[in-house]
Amino acid sequence: MSTGEVIWGKEGWPGPEFSENAKRAVEDSQLRRNVRKATGTIRERRAGLVAETPDWQELRHAGAAIKDDVLHHLDDYLEQFERNATARGAHVHWARDAREATQIVTSLVQATGHKEVIKVKSMATQEIGLVKALESQGIVAHETDLAEMIIQLSNDRPSHIVVPALHRNRAEIRQIFREHMPDAPKDLTDDPLALAEAARLHLRRLFLKTPVAVSGANFAIAETGGLLVAESEGNGRMCLTLPETLITVVGIEKLIPTFRDLEVFLQLLPRSSTGERMNPYNSVWTGVTENDGPQQAHIVILDNGRTNALKDQIGRQALRCIRCAACLNVCPVYERTGGHAYGATYPGPIGAILTPLLVGVENAPQLPFASSLCGACYEVCPVEIDIPTVLVKLRHDAVKAERHKAQDATFAAAASAMSGRRRWTAALKLAPLLRFLKHGAPPPLSGWTRTRDLPDPPKQSFREWWTKR
Amino acid sequence: MRVALFSTCLVDALFPDAGKATVRLLERLGQPVEFPLEQTCCGQMHANSGYFEPGLVRRYADVFAEYDAIVVPSGSCAGAIRHQHEFVANASGDKQLARHAQAVAAKTYELSEFLIDVLDTDDVGAYFPHRVTYHPTCHSMRILGVGDRPLRLLNNVRGIDLVTLPRNTECCGFGGTFSIKNPDVSAAMLADKMESVIETGAEVLCAGDRSCLMHIGGGLDRIRAGVRTLHLAEILASTDGTAAA
Repeated sequence: MSTGEVIWGKEGWPGPEFSENAKRAVEDSQLRRNVRKATGTIRERRAGLVAETPDWQELRHAGAAIKDDVLHHLDDYLEQFERNATARGAHVHWARDAREATQIVTSLVQATGHKEVIKVKSMATQEIGLVKALESQGIVAHETDLAEMIIQLSNDRPSHIVVPALHRNRAEIRQIFREHMPDAPKDLTDDPLALAEAARLHLRRLFLKTPVAVSGANFAIAETGGLLVAESEGNGRMCLTLPETLITVVGIEKLIPTFRDLEVFLQLLPRSSTGERMNPYNSVWTGVTENDGPQQAHIVILDNGRTNALKDQIGRQALRCIRCAACLNVCPVYERTGGHAYGATYPGPIGAILTPLLVGVENAPQLPFASSLCGACYEVCPVEIDIPTVLVKLRHDAVKAERHKAQDATFAAAASAMSGRRRWTAALKLAPLLRFLKHGAPPPLSGWTRTRDLPDPPKQSFREWWTKR
Repeated sequence: MRVALFSTCLVDALFPDAGKATVRLLERLGQPVEFPLEQTCCGQMHANSGYFEPGLVRRYADVFAEYDAIVVPSGSCAGAIRHQHEFVANASGDKQLARHAQAVAAKTYELSEFLIDVLDTDDVGAYFPHRVTYHPTCHSMRILGVGDRPLRLLNNVRGIDLVTLPRNTECCGFGGTFSIKNPDVSAAMLADKMESVIETGAEVLCAGDRSCLMHIGGGLDRIRAGVRTLHLAEILASTDGTAAA
């Protein structure tokens, strides 16, 4: 199965070797500062809003329960969604993987006869590498989310699910606009208002002249066949309302049973993602409405590894994810590496479990280890995904999938030493040897002693003291 | 009430003072404690590295089944016993072991939980006239949810100058084998934690887990920061103002 660009590892972008990517990232002082500042700001805003929501834990339970119901009855809900969307005038297409999805979207665009499309920010289209796939067929796709536009202009990669240009500061953005945006004013400053105005004028021209749009969706409502996009800028709404043709790519796990379930998710999502009580723009559309909005509506329902994830009894909870990125914002690892180090579409704690679940752990064996298991991600997750437990389960799968002789032998030796009183007492006699490694141990312990001392071994073990007292 | 101490492999091998202090503290409070010598390790390091060892889960459950309560001077080991043993047993397909492990896990307490919830005291009569800052440690805080128990205990120590650690809910970067597999990210996290510790002007960094302290202490020693690390038990056991074991 082709999984598109879930893993990059090609065309000069970082591969899935997290520890190598992370090493480079922590040495980048500008990146460190940008990511720390941005995640810190969103983190505080979220914490304030959660504190003022008395039923926050109940909302989390409800969000998890609704999503679990969807995952348990996915077949029913998918068919219900297709029936209702079709009855309201939308065309529903099914895509097993990235290749099928990009082919469907490409032929739909080609059928319109147009060579340019405007795009709403979407993780699903990112995941299938849609922009590049369209480009290879001579179709130009313009990202219209401000941050995605910055990324596209600078031929960069998103580093965050909600704030994809989070690794850039305004001075860098000014430079990108001056170099890559042909209609940017000559005297552009790094004042956020000036930068936004330049982007606004640039995007307005695109909105008014482009009759085809591609979007993702935050929620697909089985009961009505409707779709919802939540956003902050209104650029998404421009794409969703002005064009003649709208093509939406949506993962099978984005379903919710009823319109009323939005009550739960539209409280959870904005507080968790951008630290707002409500998304500035919630656009809901259902099929086609005569003389109002796009008159051609297509929906591409995407699997691309999701049924693989569904097979994993522990891991399937990752499919509850509503892409809020709260786990990224609180993650001490993400805060220091940024998103590129994860080498995949989905960075941070959720990416460390979702990527291996989608593409198979043997194709991303380092990602489940990209965590100190501190649990901050689980604490904030609005749909209660127990990320640390899924990480441990995937680590287990990873060491089974890919044998590392030295490591396997070390852990086997340790387990053997711990298998009984006599062996353990004998092993404790080795502790004094630590003295020789204190300031500089050989690999793999050298990673530790490069920045930390090892402890001084004690004169006697605890059990020695106990038995002699 | 028959109470057993699970010292943890780390304390047994490298930090016996934390174990000795736990024994002295409990005995001073009138609670005798036993140390079954067949105990070894809870298997957390193995499991968190991807190697599930149902044998270690069984060993823990078998060794401690006969006791009314088990005290563990470590938030992460107590967390592993209470929240990981059943999971590891189930992953090996042994449902009976999972039930057995869960039953023993249910009477396993981290030290501050045992003092406050079982012995019903938050004043252990300690005296420790030093400037101390407390790191709550991720697994005590998030897996066990010990809440303010350790701070209540420390606040009642005579003579202590307890200062709040800035950004204390952030991980120190240890994460067991994480610190070896991703040493650069771990070191970056440690640098920020050390900065917070130094900022407090404390002479002692205290925590309920020797593993996190081994990590932060290893960093503080390397830069000769002049801050020593002590386990919660070592401060609570002190009646003469020193932490001598």
